[in-house]
Amino acid sequence: MSVTAPPPAPRAARAVVRPGDRIFAGIARAASLTIMLALAGVFVFLAIEGLPGLSAPENIYAPAEDFWSYVGPLVFGTILAAVVALVLAVPFSIGVALFISHYAPPRIAAPVAYVIDLLAAVPSVVFGLWGGLALASSIRPVTDWLYANLDFIPFFAGPPSVTGRSMLTAGIVLAIMVVPIVTALSREVFAQTPRLHEEAAMALGATRWETIRLAVFPYARSGVISAVMLGLGRALGETMAVAMVLSAAPVVTLNLISDTNPATIAQNIASNYKEATPDKQAVLIATGLVLFAVTFAVNFAARWVIARSERKVSR
Amino acid sequence: MAKSIDVSDLSIYYGDFLAVEGVNMTIRAKAVTAFIGPSGCGKSTFLRTLNRMHEVIPGARVEGKVMVSGQSLYDPTIDPVAVRRRIGMVFQRPNPFPTMSIYDNVIAGVKLNSRKMRKSDADALVERSLRGANLWNEVKDRLDRPGMGLSGGQQQRLCIARAIAVEPEVLLMDEPCSALDPISTSAIEDLIHQLKSEYTIVIVTHNMQQAARVSDETGFFNLKAAGQPGHLVEFNPTTKMFTNPDEPSTEAYISGRFG
Amino acid sequence: MNHPTTTTTTLVEPDAFAITADLTQARLPRWAVLLVGVIALGVAGLVTLLTGWSPTGGLVLAVVLMVAGFPLWSMVVEGRRAAADRLATSLVWGAFVVVLVPLVWLIWMVVSHGVSAIDAEFLTYDMRNVVGAGGGIFHALWGTILVTLAATLISVPVGLFTAIYLVEYGRGKRLARVTTFLVDVMTGIPSIVAGLFALALFVLIFGPAIRVGFGGAVALSLLMIPTVVRSAEEMLRLVPGDLREASYALGIPKWRTIVKVVLPTALGGIITGVVLAISRVIGETAPLLVVAGATDSVNFNLFEGRMMTLPVYIFSQYSSPGVVPVGTEGDPPGYARAWGAALVLIVIVMVLNLVARLIGTYFAPKTERRR
Repeated sequence: MSVTAPPPAPRAARAVVRPGDRIFAGIARAASLTIMLALAGVFVFLAIEGLPGLSAPENIYAPAEDFWSYVGPLVFGTILAAVVALVLAVPFSIGVALFISHYAPPRIAAPVAYVIDLLAAVPSVVFGLWGGLALASSIRPVTDWLYANLDFIPFFAGPPSVTGRSMLTAGIVLAIMVVPIVTALSREVFAQTPRLHEEAAMALGATRWETIRLAVFPYARSGVISAVMLGLGRALGETMAVAMVLSAAPVVTLNLISDTNPATIAQNIASNYKEATPDKQAVLIATGLVLFAVTFAVNFAARWVIARSERKVSR
Repeated sequence: MAKSIDVSDLSIYYGDFLAVEGVNMTIRAKAVTAFIGPSGCGKSTFLRTLNRMHEVIPGARVEGKVMVSGQSLYDPTIDPVAVRRRIGMVFQRPNPFPTMSIYDNVIAGVKLNSRKMRKSDADALVERSLRGANLWNEVKDRLDRPGMGLSGGQQQRLCIARAIAVEPEVLLMDEPCSALDPISTSAIEDLIHQLKSEYTIVIVTHNMQQAARVSDETGFFNLKAAGQPGHLVEFNPTTKMFTNPDEPSTEAYISGRFG
Repeated sequence: MNHPTTTTTTLVEPDAFAITADLTQARLPRWAVLLVGVIALGVAGLVTLLTGWSPTGGLVLAVVLMVAGFPLWSMVVEGRRAAADRLATSLVWGAFVVVLVPLVWLIWMVVSHGVSAIDAEFLTYDMRNVVGAGGGIFHALWGTILVTLAATLISVPVGLFTAIYLVEYGRGKRLARVTTFLVDVMTGIPSIVAGLFALALFVLIFGPAIRVGFGGAVALSLLMIPTVVRSAEEMLRLVPGDLREASYALGIPKWRTIVKVVLPTALGGIITGVVLAISRVIGETAPLLVVAGATDSVNFNLFEGRMMTLPVYIFSQYSSPGVVPVGTEGDPPGYARAWGAALVLIVIVMVLNLVARLIGTYFAPKTERRR
């Protein structure tokens, strides 16, 4: 085999970084700068268009008088709907996740997991359609019963909505949307529990439930919390499912089953943007900024919680 | 055209951590040089500085000189990519490119350097390299199959074929047999014997018998003490090293008293 | 689980077989679950008949009886720890069954109403000049395809190159840390805020009345980029460092290593991630409602005029369904069209998911055939 000697590398002629590398690295860096710009753009453009909405003529805010008393009930409604949804969704999500990871026979677990993943992809407008056309009309007996038997609790003070388009219905629809998301994430975390930890617990004579409490939950806690926070973020920002199910009014009430319900920010934007004058549009965009701030705060809190518990684990 | 390598006063760092300290040696052309020593003494790290693979790891840097045919490898004007074209490397675990066929794996170095090639030239290069790696007869009928489909020993010889297809001057081997069974190992050792007529070969090995079998010269690396940087203890012709070493610690290591 | 299932106690000499005697413990027989289930159903059925509850109420009662009764029995026979275990098992199974109910109901409604709404006319007609029944989703289908395609064309290059930067170039750099953080923030942007952003952007440039399909694409890509970055980043990190080193050692420059070795190895996973990202944004309604608007006619131009999309079509058919023709019973005609469009949308999403899965399995084994 003959080996030909390549010409000796020219000294000092070539830069150490090749032009191809420089261009490619430049493109890659530009892409991440684009993301930074895009996010800055979201802030700047929303601020430019939204700031006039903070001080629009008074009649725009009717029946409220200024921006903050306009947006207040909306923030309340947004949080109320999300909390109702999470209270309903989280126990079931964890249950189903445990079912898939630890309880179901393998032959059932795999398809169930797959179906849950698929359901996480069902568009929210379809959930809204189902909530508005199927659930709302079927929920009357439940709200009637709650009103008849539990009306001393402020949540069920009633009187129940005739159409069924109440906060409770919206919360249930949101919960059903959130369940697949939280389930899919928690299932993954549960399944990642080191086998060794579980076997150690079982070797101590723990029952299945005790094994889960001893080995699985402590390991999975931060993952489940982040899954729940992600679900909360989704519930806070969800527009269509709420807009299609809730009949809203600018009120602040804990009553979940009546026909006057606080609106959510996202729903309020969606139902009012069409007939919006430029002034009103600015107000709506300003409320969008408030929503952004709320979800950002939630996400930030979630990351903080996760970071803290991770530090604890690694210690 | 095999080249010799002169190393003077080479120290290797990972960030602030000094991994290998003050190495001086001359690696002869057209000979096999083996590095032995206990785990973690820096012999693989040192090997990787010989073709600037070391700096692929973030934070890694080098002080001192490595001279190949009168050029300092660490001169700021030197392009590390060009260095690696002329000083090839074979790794501990066989790592053929999973998305490529056997054929494409062999000419990967040439093709990915975007050199245009006539089909007949490429065919000739593939055959020449695979013959050079003693693999041609085993794979000539399935050159279009994925390289990952071969056995471990065949994969490693495919990696050697890939390395010599670029026509380097020096071939670095980082424990090339540690993931292989004895039969594949002996195939690779035979190959090293053949390759030494055309290439300068540097091999790191954990296996002292292997060093004794394949190499002309041997360097023994060791840690001064636990937590201290590694250094070159002794560098001598292999026969001398294994019969009458200069240093007592070399003898202790070779005779199996530690390591 | 850990105990033998025998409940028989034999006469044994205490000393010789003390250990065996300790290992046996009172256990409920295997058929106990069935028995409790049957009793719960029976009692609930009886109550339902006597009090005139709805069947749903009866079922709820049966589930409650089952979940409470089984652990109680276990408590009596097996003791507190076993009862807690039985209770957990019952609750977990119960949660699964309860969650199935609305999900199955939803799928059933969409499929049963949707199938009867879909025919050739539904798929090939738009809604122009349609009053009452008839009309179709042709314009919305095209709108969805165009808007999603444009969003994909924006997000894939940006997302992929960002992932490449994060994995190959940015390790430990401040820009990489900031980018990771921003991608996290982007993941949490509510979709309607993305729509408002696109609206604000286009309003600033083109004036207040602007509604174009491309605006929708911008909003969707804002939602899509973080998913693409995340999945591509994960896939690139899975490519073994060995391969990069092998390539560098052949004297191949870094960028060619990335293009010719790293990307092909991760390709299957990256495509899967992109398809999943598409399936996630294709059902987004709110941002499109805000920027792309709604229309009854076909519009193939992304840069001019309102553009209908499937999700917005569902929403507008639902919110203004038209009137039931005089003298007939039933739902307004818009509802049937909404269900039909919902079925089409779900089928698209499911097909995309399936395709993503197939791509994943098709590309995966090649890289993992050995070791």
